[in-house]
Amino acid sequence: MNLSMRWLNEFVNIQTSPKAFAEAMTMSGSKVECFETEGTEISNVVVGRILSIVPHQDSDHLVICQVDIGADEPIQIVTGANNLTVGDLVPAALNNSTLPNGIKIKKGKLRGEVSNGMLCSLAELGLTLNDFPYAIEDGIFVLQENCNPGDPICEAIGLNDTKIEFEITSNRPDCFSVIGLARETAATFEQQLTLHTPVVKGGNGSCTEMLDVKVEEPALCSVYSARIVKNVRVKPSPRWMRERLRTMGVRPINNIVDITNYVMLEYGQPMHAFDLRFIEDQKIRIRYAKKGEIITTLDGVERTLTGNELVIADGKKPVAIAGVMGGEYSGIMDDTSTIVFESACFDASSVRTTARNQGMRTDASSRYEKGLDPNNCLPALERACELVELLDAGDVLDDIIIERHTSDEQTKIPLETEWINQFLHIQLTKDEMKTILKKIGCQFENDMILIPTFRPDLEHKADIAEEIARFYGYNRIPSTSLRGNAQGKYTPRQKFEAVISNTMLALGLSEIMTYSFLSPKIYDKIRIPQQDPLRNSITISNPLGEDSSIMRTTALPSMLDALAHNYNNRNGDIALFELAIEYYPIPEQELPSEKTKLIAGIYGNQQDFFTAKGIVEQLLETLFISNYEFTATSEEYSYHPGRCAHITINKTHVGIIGEIHPNVAENYGIYERIICFSLDVDTLFAYTQSEKIFTPLPKFPAVTRDLALICDETIPVRVLEKAIITGAGSLLENIQLFDVYQGEQIQQGKKSVAFNIVLRSADHTLDEEQVNNTMKKVIKELEKIGANLRS
Amino acid sequence: MKQQLESIRNIALQAIEKAEDHQTLENLRIKYLGKKGELTAILKQMGKLSAEERPIIGQLANDIRSAIEETFAVRVSHLKETLLLQKLKHETIDVTLPGKRRELGAKHPLSIVLDEIKEIFIGMGFDIVEGPEVESDYYNFEALNIPKNHPARDTQDTFYINENVVLRTQTSPVQIRTMETRQPPIRIISPGRVYRSDAVDATHSPLFHQIEGLVVDKGITFADLKGTLETFVKRLYGENSVVRFRPHHFPFTEPSAEVDVQCFSCHGDGCRLCKQEGWIEILGCGMVHPKVLKNCGIDPEVFSGFALGMGLERVVMRRYNIDDMRLFYENDIRFLKQF
Repeated sequence: MNLSMRWLNEFVNIQTSPKAFAEAMTMSGSKVECFETEGTEISNVVVGRILSIVPHQDSDHLVICQVDIGADEPIQIVTGANNLTVGDLVPAALNNSTLPNGIKIKKGKLRGEVSNGMLCSLAELGLTLNDFPYAIEDGIFVLQENCNPGDPICEAIGLNDTKIEFEITSNRPDCFSVIGLARETAATFEQQLTLHTPVVKGGNGSCTEMLDVKVEEPALCSVYSARIVKNVRVKPSPRWMRERLRTMGVRPINNIVDITNYVMLEYGQPMHAFDLRFIEDQKIRIRYAKKGEIITTLDGVERTLTGNELVIADGKKPVAIAGVMGGEYSGIMDDTSTIVFESACFDASSVRTTARNQGMRTDASSRYEKGLDPNNCLPALERACELVELLDAGDVLDDIIIERHTSDEQTKIPLETEWINQFLHIQLTKDEMKTILKKIGCQFENDMILIPTFRPDLEHKADIAEEIARFYGYNRIPSTSLRGNAQGKYTPRQKFEAVISNTMLALGLSEIMTYSFLSPKIYDKIRIPQQDPLRNSITISNPLGEDSSIMRTTALPSMLDALAHNYNNRNGDIALFELAIEYYPIPEQELPSEKTKLIAGIYGNQQDFFTAKGIVEQLLETLFISNYEFTATSEEYSYHPGRCAHITINKTHVGIIGEIHPNVAENYGIYERIICFSLDVDTLFAYTQSEKIFTPLPKFPAVTRDLALICDETIPVRVLEKAIITGAGSLLENIQLFDVYQGEQIQQGKKSVAFNIVLRSADHTLDEEQVNNTMKKVIKELEKIGANLRS
Repeated sequence: MKQQLESIRNIALQAIEKAEDHQTLENLRIKYLGKKGELTAILKQMGKLSAEERPIIGQLANDIRSAIEETFAVRVSHLKETLLLQKLKHETIDVTLPGKRRELGAKHPLSIVLDEIKEIFIGMGFDIVEGPEVESDYYNFEALNIPKNHPARDTQDTFYINENVVLRTQTSPVQIRTMETRQPPIRIISPGRVYRSDAVDATHSPLFHQIEGLVVDKGITFADLKGTLETFVKRLYGENSVVRFRPHHFPFTEPSAEVDVQCFSCHGDGCRLCKQEGWIEILGCGMVHPKVLKNCGIDPEVFSGFALGMGLERVVMRRYNIDDMRLFYENDIRFLKQF
């Protein structure tokens, strides 16, 4: 919301600098975004009077003017314009002057003739025809202002107002107006607020026979008021009005349109003016649209209505979408002679829904949808009619057409001085509080606060506390520490995730963060079959684009994207992880299940399946999880069928590890082997052993034996290990694989596997016989699965 | 015999002193001190000596043996020392060659700062609570005093799953869930991902992180809110930070405030960093709206509280002078390794 300081000063006398004004208003709750004084880009440009015009000898389009600039001697300026006559007042940019957009004017020669500056057009001053409708576009701006040669141009044309731009919060629709901001200003600076009561002379006959108004949906239109103006004289508005509109960021159009905009800015009440010619049957009905009704709005768009919109209709058709935009034919035209000024209060959420559904937010709708004061309609209507008379824009008829469906009862809140003092930790007297509240428009019945209807946001004593606090000054309120001895702490689960994260970092993986939404196309990219349940994901109904329209059911694509980004940038060896959330829809349940996964991805020199597996093993050991198994699987679509394993803990599935399928890697533009794993954090947490008990250090020596075996190449090492475990029983302390060999001296289809086995007893030194017996059992177990000692 | 002995002593001592390596030395030891050595050979002839001469020569022989042994030991240790010195000299390395590194992972900058913020709040007695990201409209809006069609919904462009389910636009729903299940006193922060339908650019992201805080107890005042947040800001930005509280509006707090910290670069004069304002907005806060307390079954006549909320990305961007939010989610290792 822009505010003209000049306009503001009509209601409250503020002489402070814009900076100090901005600061004080910001601190009392009306945040100033920025401020700007008009015309500051223009310097050394004055009003000049043309004394003589002679053609340039060497040019057929240039003329030489002698210009009175209020100095002792006139100056010579050469110009190419042809709209000048002797005696004209014009903007003259003198030597070393500046114009908008950083243009600098210096003295010079034009075809041999000295020119001491430049005569300016509207555009050269940063203005348009809307600002000065009497000027012409292609030519010098010939002033029709009351000014004298030598006057600074900005003063002469009123281009010296200061514009303050406010950020108005959604609870304060009253501040979308000059009067609302003036009230805040008066309270902030403890100044008098001087409001004006509009007076309409009328006396041009009654309007009651001319229009029949009926509100058919009183719940959505609490007030509908209108007055009729005949003999409308459409012309440009006076300069003061144009200036104010311009400063507030509204383009001046003609007197009638400008009046509606002016009143909207001044009172915050949207106004509408209909041409009575186009109101069929002389009826206005405020009703729901009929389904399929069509209206072409002022912006030229033909809109089909659904039946949920509130419209202003005549006897036959909608002429405006209530609170949003008028219809094409309801606008003011050059030959308009009789108009209806409408000032009404429509239901906020109805306007909001309609504006959103029709995709048309307007100045009016953005005000209505925040909730307007029904008691503001009539003063605004009167103000508009007063301005019609002031501007001689037409003849206002007597009688006000008005239909009200609102209670006159004001909200009452008791002033609880003690509670407010305690709540804010301040000490104000009741009278001090009352003074503040009166400044913002509250009245009192003893200690009962009567809330003005333009402040529907004040509903509770906490709201009153805020009003007191902001004018007392937030920064004058003391700062205290919380009392009580609360102990903050991480939950075991939070600590657990921190351990996972720190372990990953220590093992050389860097942490990434990825978007939780993906494109549905990624399921193809990672080779998930059409009917796979993984494809059943939560869909965003209004995504930014298809690429981010589903909530991921797997974080794998996010990881692959990060790897691909690094691969494309030739970032060398990469190892990444994320504690990523996956979202699974649950049938019959409103919210999905959100599961945290540890996902990791690596590629690079000497990185293979076993690098990743080593990371998983070390992580699991750090988390004190034992009993985990890696079982080969060829059924994970995104992974290499021969290089992928399911990970289980105590037979519970916890995750997956594997080399990414080359087709998937190719889909991501990566031509290296990528290894990823994913572990379910809930399951890890369920199996972590939080209580640890010390195992005494061994007192008796260990015996080690090496075992070289020959078996079918298809037998996994883990199967051999399990046989050894079974065979060795309780004496087994450790098995270490130290060689797997295929090739020369080994029969085709077989492999040689060598283990180092450590045996130890906790209570005695093992003797040769015991060791040999144990090894015999081990060998027997191994033979059962087809593994024999290598001879 | 005495002369023989003396001559052995002289020759042996000289030879030992000249020995340059262990092998020579060992040969000398065998030659003079060994079982078949010269000294032994002479001592074997002791039998030929008279009873008077025998103790004298014996004594002499022992002295000579001792002297040789001593010299020998000195020489051995000298040689050892020399050899070690040679070896050490030989083993000299160029200490300016690069070190052999173990690869360490880099923590994401958002995590680094988030952890720091968590620590600050834990130190002030707050717990950390998490909640769902796909959230019901009720928890994300309605319970927070933002009914359907409320204009405040415009300021948070929301991703909808359906009419009743949204991607949370703030972590405030976690506060509601906490108030519903825990009795005051409550002191929590709820960090996490939030979603707004902003197109991606240098300063916007449809997904970002928020940290919200909530305190509910008997007798919590606006002054407590100020004191707690001032402490927080000073811990995060340094003891010399200057903080101001500015009135604002949030539907779920009343009174509401935004907290600004004086620009670190210009100290309030206005510069490019603070867009000439002299202050940088860092968080929003306020006293929990009585309607919100009531919605959660907490009696606003008995309890009061305050809430705060801040965006993580902007804090991190300012801390490290990062100028593009997209970098956080691109995960370029050259970026991640910098923090």
